[in-house]
Amino acid sequence: MANKADTIISTLITRSRKPLLDEWLARQATMAGSGAIAADGDVKEYCTRFLAELDTGLAAGEVGDIRGAGWSGMRELLEEVSRSRAGKGFTPSETASFVFSLKAPLFALVQREAGDNAARLADELQSATTLLDTLGLYTVEVFQKAREEVIARQQEEMLELSTPVVRLWEGIVAVPLIGTLDSNRTQVVMENLLQEIVSAGAQIAIIDITGVPTVDTLVAQHLLKTVSAARLMGADCIISGIRPQIAQTIVHLGVDLSVTSKASMSGALELALKRIGKAVVERKARPAAEVS
Amino acid sequence: MIVEKDETIPVRTSEDVVRVRREVRERAVALGFGLVDQTKLVTAASEIARNTLDYGGGGELRIECLRDGNRRGLRLSFSDRGPGIPDIERAMTDGYTTGGGLGLGLSGAKRLSSDFAIRSSPGQGTVVILARWK
Repeated sequence: MANKADTIISTLITRSRKPLLDEWLARQATMAGSGAIAADGDVKEYCTRFLAELDTGLAAGEVGDIRGAGWSGMRELLEEVSRSRAGKGFTPSETASFVFSLKAPLFALVQREAGDNAARLADELQSATTLLDTLGLYTVEVFQKAREEVIARQQEEMLELSTPVVRLWEGIVAVPLIGTLDSNRTQVVMENLLQEIVSAGAQIAIIDITGVPTVDTLVAQHLLKTVSAARLMGADCIISGIRPQIAQTIVHLGVDLSVTSKASMSGALELALKRIGKAVVERKARPAAEVS
Repeated sequence: MIVEKDETIPVRTSEDVVRVRREVRERAVALGFGLVDQTKLVTAASEIARNTLDYGGGGELRIECLRDGNRRGLRLSFSDRGPGIPDIERAMTDGYTTGGGLGLGLSGAKRLSSDFAIRSSPGQGTVVILARWK
């Protein structure tokens, strides 16, 4: 069934490509929300190439499965259209309508060709609609994939951004943790911290968990691993920002957090300074004359 | 005892575990739980949700808001259709784990809850029910 109808569409596209192209372009220009589409200067070029690739694909005899080698040119074209339209801010429907808008002009031609043969007409339309649907959905798939790539990239960037290691003093580094500590993030935190301990020659690392809403056994385990790794590199860790409710919860959980810890970052900094032999002292009041 | 609200959310990915924590915290805040009670319940939920995901291969959580006279509480029922726990007593022992964790999740969650129950049989999956009253 598919093969027979297929030959007819193929013949049509070879023979009436010019009128089909004109009709298709006219249709896209009149479509709702066509402002953006009309502004797409490449639309004529895309349509011309689409029909050529359709011809190639059909000639290869693979209908219903556009993953075959005969459709590789078509897939490339659709990926190009999809990515270009996604970049220009088109919606997925506007992108897919590039393919779907071919249905009306193509079906009109097929109908004329089939004449009164109803069975044949039904066959051909079935075949053509399946093919165009598949191609249209493919543009949506590519569109979505492009979006997912953007999201994945943003997630990676956020991972980098959300775990800064800061130098508080000569020999003291700190990492403020914020949000959910899953395994991926902890890995990044640990790597960054250990790297910074080396490059700053730090003796003390402060891990601040003020911004971590829940400390369960997994988070505790991640913290303990980070502390052990830092210790192996010769740096002592202080965990700061342990709020009362977190402290009580950790005790009930039964986690032995045998690490120096402080309720606040300032407490941790004070302790760290003491360990490296420094102290913050109050300045003696200057004589009034000296104050400018 | 009256169940005032009853919802079910999936526990299938690690993002779902984050959502479990958020939903449980929201409910606890709405019921007027104090900060310590909130944190204890959320932490217990986080432990069991991760067990459901890691050991049970995913499942679901049923959250019920309870009222018993003047008391109000939250009941969380985690269920999965995973391999089950062959020896519950051993699983409830501090420090015992078949994975790479600290082995404190189940026992810790029990200590963080007012009521705790666990049902499991090999091949049938596991149900953990925990509740905390205000």
